[in-house]
Amino acid sequence: MRMRAGLIFMLGLCLLSSAALSIQRFPPPQFETDYTIPSPTTPPPRSATFDIIDTAVLVAALALASWLVLKKRSRRGVFWLMIFCLLYFGFWRRGCVCPIGAIGNVSLGLFNPEYAIPWIVVAFFFLPLVFTLFFGRTFCGSVCPLGAVQDFVLLRPLAIPRWLETALRLLAWLYLSLAVLYAATASSLVICRYDPFVAFFRLGANPLLWVISISMIVIAVFVGRPYCRFLCPLGVIFRQVGRVSKHRVTITPDECIQCRLCENACPFGAIEKPTVEWPTDEHVKGRRRLVLLILLLPVLAFVGAGVGYWAHPRLAMSHPDVRLAQMLQHKDHYTEQTLPDELEAFNAAGQTAEDVYQKAEQKLGQFAVGGTIVGLWMGLIAGGSLIGQSIFWKRSGYEAHRSGCFACGRCYKACPVHRQWLNNKNQNKQESA
Amino acid sequence: MFAGVLAALGAAAAGVFARSKKPRLVWQINPLKCIACGKCATHCVLNESAVKCVHAYAMCGYCDLCTGYFVPEPKALSTAAENQLCPTGAIIRTFVEDPYFHYTIDEPLCIGCGKCVKGCSAFGNGSLFLQVRHDRCLNCNECAIAAACPSQAFERVPADSPYLLKDQL
Repeated sequence: MRMRAGLIFMLGLCLLSSAALSIQRFPPPQFETDYTIPSPTTPPPRSATFDIIDTAVLVAALALASWLVLKKRSRRGVFWLMIFCLLYFGFWRRGCVCPIGAIGNVSLGLFNPEYAIPWIVVAFFFLPLVFTLFFGRTFCGSVCPLGAVQDFVLLRPLAIPRWLETALRLLAWLYLSLAVLYAATASSLVICRYDPFVAFFRLGANPLLWVISISMIVIAVFVGRPYCRFLCPLGVIFRQVGRVSKHRVTITPDECIQCRLCENACPFGAIEKPTVEWPTDEHVKGRRRLVLLILLLPVLAFVGAGVGYWAHPRLAMSHPDVRLAQMLQHKDHYTEQTLPDELEAFNAAGQTAEDVYQKAEQKLGQFAVGGTIVGLWMGLIAGGSLIGQSIFWKRSGYEAHRSGCFACGRCYKACPVHRQWLNNKNQNKQESA
Repeated sequence: MFAGVLAALGAAAAGVFARSKKPRLVWQINPLKCIACGKCATHCVLNESAVKCVHAYAMCGYCDLCTGYFVPEPKALSTAAENQLCPTGAIIRTFVEDPYFHYTIDEPLCIGCGKCVKGCSAFGNGSLFLQVRHDRCLNCNECAIAAACPSQAFERVPADSPYLLKDQL
């Protein structure tokens, strides 16, 4: 009886103070005993010194990787460093924050001044880039935990035709462009949301992420580093930086003797064969094709921009305000049972629908511009890839591809000149000992 | 070419760094926006969510009939399991003095589902609320719960004041 009376009393009070959350329906009691009101515990977050340690480990790993690959020429060293980095950055640090995901933070920070980028994210984004600029993609080969996972499971590498490789790489460009667009419009950090290996590092993730992870691992058994080559948004940035790097992997420590032994040593298709001079008629044909492709470039860019503009309302749905605005427009379709949490939150917050529509409109405008730019850019990239395929590069020996080489060191032991170099080095060491 | 790219990288890094403000940021739930939808319990990358219920004792009415503790029509105002709203029995009810009861969260048991939060804010003072517990949170770059949160209640807050306690807002 007492309980029911209490309930009715409470419901009455509740109706009186329905909208205002902050009103205290029941005043805090005046205790007669010596009870003191406790305050909730507030355990502090991870200490900032760990950020310094992580950055130091990153710098040390990058320096060691560059030394192992370029100076020591040791695949074994790279392998052990890779295991260490997988354990440290992957399983201990749980894959966060990583330079790939940092693309999102950097774009978000550049376009939204109110977002404060933590310094560690800036460090994790730029340090690997600087090392790549000096020493080639040593980050990819030895330090990146995502690359390491794929490197371990690579058992039966299949050769992928050059044209297919170039075509699939457009996916990575698209992923990078969209990731920047989504981050710049403060919609989401997609790279982190669909990180393919974080499910392993944390041993927990939503079902979609597990499906992505496991299929990526299965593909990685047959295709060398599929994420790095065809999806990684940072990978395409590294490729461009790798083109102009100061030092890079050379298959042979000395002159290439063109023995062809290293031809199939690279599971990532990053070894380029020496070229022979083109016959004259081929040359003319090639030049005609090149002119055609250059003329095609503006057409591709225009088509891309059109597609980008056409897709912008759909792209904009990634922003919560745009989603909310759409739900509000279809408000009448929902019953009390099917009312989405978003609308419940909207009702509770006491915003007006006009506010939401205005915000959504603004976001749509941003996406219209951004989507068009992304489309235009993708058109240019696609055209550029076609042109790149049609240019004749002269090479006198076997070379590691400037941008495609992951600096893993697999090709070294295929090279007889490298073996000779290693023997000489060991002999010298013994003699001096 | 190399020098050009190096200079560009340096300039970009300096530009981004100049924009980055000093405090480290961590994720936190703004309890004034939270509607206790229950996604915190299911969307965290940790198998046991980093979000847990926190009690702002200073706001609590110390009610005998606590709507955050009891199911809507309890058989009795006792600690029997069938009377409790919390699916894991993580709220401990202790008698203080007539007619007041003290409610604490047994944190290892709490799954962050927010059922008690909903009950408390619907009919009570709203002294129970959800918070990201920073001894557990991995501080993911993109918080998976934040991405799923229907009320955009997740905010990045400075790491030196990492809680948004309801009685102090």
